[in-house]
Amino acid sequence: MTSASEPLPTARPRRDPLLGVAIVAVALVYVRALAFTPIEVRQGAAQKILYIHATSAFIALYVAFALMAIASILYLWLKDEKLDRVAESAAEVGLAFTTVVLLTGPLWGKTIWGAWWTWDARLTATLFLWFIILAYLLLRGAVEERGRRARYSAVLGILASFLVPFIHLSVYLFRTLHPMPILLKPSAPSLPNEMLVTFLFSFAAFTLLFIALLRLRYRMATLRDYVADREQERA
Amino acid sequence: MGEAPGTLAASWIVARKDLAIEFRTRTAFLSALVFALLGVTIFYFAWDATAVAAADLAPGVLWVIFTFAGLLGLQRSFGSELADRAIDGLLGAPISREAIYLGKALANLVFVSGILAVTIPAVVLFYNLPFGPGIGALAGIAALAAVGLVAVGTLFSAMAVNTRMAELLLPMLSLPFFVPIVMGAAQSSARLMAGRPIAEAWPWLRILVAFDIVFVTACTLAFPYTLDE
Repeated sequence: MTSASEPLPTARPRRDPLLGVAIVAVALVYVRALAFTPIEVRQGAAQKILYIHATSAFIALYVAFALMAIASILYLWLKDEKLDRVAESAAEVGLAFTTVVLLTGPLWGKTIWGAWWTWDARLTATLFLWFIILAYLLLRGAVEERGRRARYSAVLGILASFLVPFIHLSVYLFRTLHPMPILLKPSAPSLPNEMLVTFLFSFAAFTLLFIALLRLRYRMATLRDYVADREQERA
Repeated sequence: MGEAPGTLAASWIVARKDLAIEFRTRTAFLSALVFALLGVTIFYFAWDATAVAAADLAPGVLWVIFTFAGLLGLQRSFGSELADRAIDGLLGAPISREAIYLGKALANLVFVSGILAVTIPAVVLFYNLPFGPGIGALAGIAALAAVGLVAVGTLFSAMAVNTRMAELLLPMLSLPFFVPIVMGAAQSSARLMAGRPIAEAWPWLRILVAFDIVFVTACTLAFPYTLDE
């Protein structure tokens, strides 16, 4: 609980330069990907989705979702409200990135596979991750009391991190169609240099965007809790 | 006043209490059962019986219906503790929090096993399945699936009753977690009912076993955090 002696969180959030920088960086990634990166021979223009799709997927799954799970574990241990706000913010920003993944994927799939959707291991795991984050946020909205809300959502956040490997594993038995990792694999990255540079650049830009959004969302949560505390004091 | 019972003994007492309540009213069990049987019959008409063989349909129908009927039982598990804040009595008892969870889960396990004991024969009957040695294996799969479903469902039931939209939230929280259970149970039972060797079902059975171990442990440890201090 934020006590009255704590300094007031800035009531009017100052302009966050990070968000501006991140948006410009993402715009530059588009320019470079579309105008200055060669077109892939076999996949054609469809391959350009890589620079949005794969980076968003990485951030959603390995950064946002992992952060939510870790913050949830730490919350149950340390009972620090800040950790609950981190988990909440990571979940919500992660939901946005997962939505981007689920929307851009079918565009590529229709061109290359000839189908918008297949029940492939990665697709299914991502879809259910999206459902779980949605359920997580709905759960948060359905619990009134703040301490209880934090405990419940931490429990769900932790269990969800156990579930996703299970879903992935079980769908994997059906055989997967999805392209194999091109960067994060034991052997050298299988991308030509120019594409690799664009890819890494997009990676940095999207990471920046994630951090900027996370920070904004976290600040909003802090202000909301602060206002709730003041209202409670007055009542 | 005797000594406080150990965890297992205490969980058995909690389970017996829940089962006694259910046995005396029988409303939840009978509604879940009727729901399951209705589901089994309605599903039959959702497909063209001349295009899809009933035996191919049966495993999927069985496990989907099972999860939905299970949800009806799970809803009641902690819902029944809301009236007159009965949960306070449980929390005040000299037993561990884990014992409350295990007892609740045990009662739910009996509940869903009872539903399966009627639903499986009904599916065999209505879908004209060969009533052979596969039935024994099916019972084993049913037990594995029931443990996983109850482990996760009991925990979420404890959380969902304290929210603003309990009836909606429980399925929303639970169903994603039931995906590996439904897949594992449906895939392995489809193979065994088609008379395939057990080796073909083994990878799926392993997923079910792993799911049970991971989530029984995780949910038992997580349960105390869902209770108000």
